[in-house]
Amino acid sequence: MISKDLFKKPNNRLEGEQDAAKAARQAAAWQCAECKANATRDAMTANDYACPRCGAYVSMTARQRVQWLTDEGSFREMDAELLPVDRLRFPEYAAKLEKAQKETGEPEGVLTGTAAIGGEPCALFVMNPMFIMGSMGAVVGEKITRLFECATKRRLPVVGYTVSGGARIQEGMFSLMQMAKTSGAVLRHGEAGLLYVVVLTHPTTGGVVASFAMEGDVILAEPKALIGFAGPRVIEQTMRQKLPAGFQRAEFLLDKGFVDRIVPRKDQKQELRLLLTMHRREANR
Amino acid sequence: MTKAYERVLAARQKGRPTAMFFMERLFTDFLEMHGDRRFADDRAIVGGVARLGGLPVTVIGIEKGVATEEKIRRNFGSAHPEGYRKALRLMKQAEKFGRPVLCLIDTSGAFCGVGAEERGQGLAIAENLMAMMGLRVPILSLLIGEGGSGGALALGVADRVWMLENAVYSVISPEGAASIVWKDAGKAAEASEALRMTAEDLLGFGMVERVFSEEGGDFEQVCAALREALAAELDTLLRLEPGELTRRRYEKFRRIGGDGQ
Repeated sequence: MISKDLFKKPNNRLEGEQDAAKAARQAAAWQCAECKANATRDAMTANDYACPRCGAYVSMTARQRVQWLTDEGSFREMDAELLPVDRLRFPEYAAKLEKAQKETGEPEGVLTGTAAIGGEPCALFVMNPMFIMGSMGAVVGEKITRLFECATKRRLPVVGYTVSGGARIQEGMFSLMQMAKTSGAVLRHGEAGLLYVVVLTHPTTGGVVASFAMEGDVILAEPKALIGFAGPRVIEQTMRQKLPAGFQRAEFLLDKGFVDRIVPRKDQKQELRLLLTMHRREANR
Repeated sequence: MTKAYERVLAARQKGRPTAMFFMERLFTDFLEMHGDRRFADDRAIVGGVARLGGLPVTVIGIEKGVATEEKIRRNFGSAHPEGYRKALRLMKQAEKFGRPVLCLIDTSGAFCGVGAEERGQGLAIAENLMAMMGLRVPILSLLIGEGGSGGALALGVADRVWMLENAVYSVISPEGAASIVWKDAGKAAEASEALRMTAEDLLGFGMVERVFSEEGGDFEQVCAALREALAAELDTLLRLEPGELTRRRYEKFRRIGGDGQ
């Protein structure tokens, strides 16, 4: 597991606001967490969720990512009715789930469905960094498994965006077993000759890295994304040494041979469209 | 102290038999095969060919070591990517020659270190999970001590998963869970209870098919029971046509966490 501050929520909550105009102004205002530049949210989102001045990426919810990535009106969500189950009655988990659901307005940590990217149909999953650190519980594993199974049946390629602190502790072994389950579904999709492109975003770690995040035919990563099996703090404790700069960043993984390409956000739609086009079934004939 | 934590301590107990103890007693004609053909030979994983009764099998075990010097050489049973890749190589070899695969699991977890990350620890585990899902020969995994998260699961995607009475299997160590959930590693006993990581728990969840008594610590007797059970189970599994075998294996894991939504 990795440190919580990797999953900072964007500063977009408004509470106890009296003046409606001031509220609207504040809602429209946005400040970069990196360079502290002031801009409007619209300018930031129009810049592909990057700071208009320094280019630093802004964390995206799953829904924002889907809206940003897919052709307008093309996303057909699947399995939205699946709700997490506190099978172990793990202390404080029910309350934690309720809080996450309230804060995100989502029932769980991943969105799945079919969509079009630049006119190319695909099955899509996008993980949500705001939902208990993007952790993988049984519903996350189940939805991703169902997506791959559906894509296999309908002969669709899968595009997946990962962001995760790893397995969800509060679901114990039900969480760990999702690694095996999703891997089985990815295998079957691949055996059917279908394409799986995964985009690793900041941060992708733990059980997700040790399963479907690393099982793509093509593995893309966002610049500077932290990607690793063990979190940096755990490694520092084990090794009793400071980690080298850039360790476990996307560029480091590219250098070591574990990532095909690092793709800036502004280029992702185009690159995904290209990949999907080049892997169309009829393109191979 | 909780009941679950007693099991955790028993699984980690100094003097508890490690993988090679079982290998020596369950099999004959063991020939160890070294290396992943990529980078190195990871001593935390011991694998090779052997016979179970008359039947040739591929055996892969995570070995913690017994004496201090050996423990260090075996990295206390925490494998690097090359260990998982050696295991995968031996599984593929087993598939080629139609041999069943027997895995003995005893690890606090896959190693967390700079070298492990540089060589793709996540990828190595992921590749094993995928390959084991599709392997066209029977796989039987036995947890003999600690089943530490992804590092254990990397040898645990099997047609049958068995546990010894005091073995444990968890998504995270109780200490790790306690420090993340309660910011207090001292609450490991409570965490081990909450994680439901004992053999009994996992049998109840249907994640494990059989639990073996430790006969009050008489591990010679445990091995005798295991030898008989393994032979009978492999006999059953070898009757299945490979496509049916992998279909059932997938369905078994497919069900976990999928109902009761």
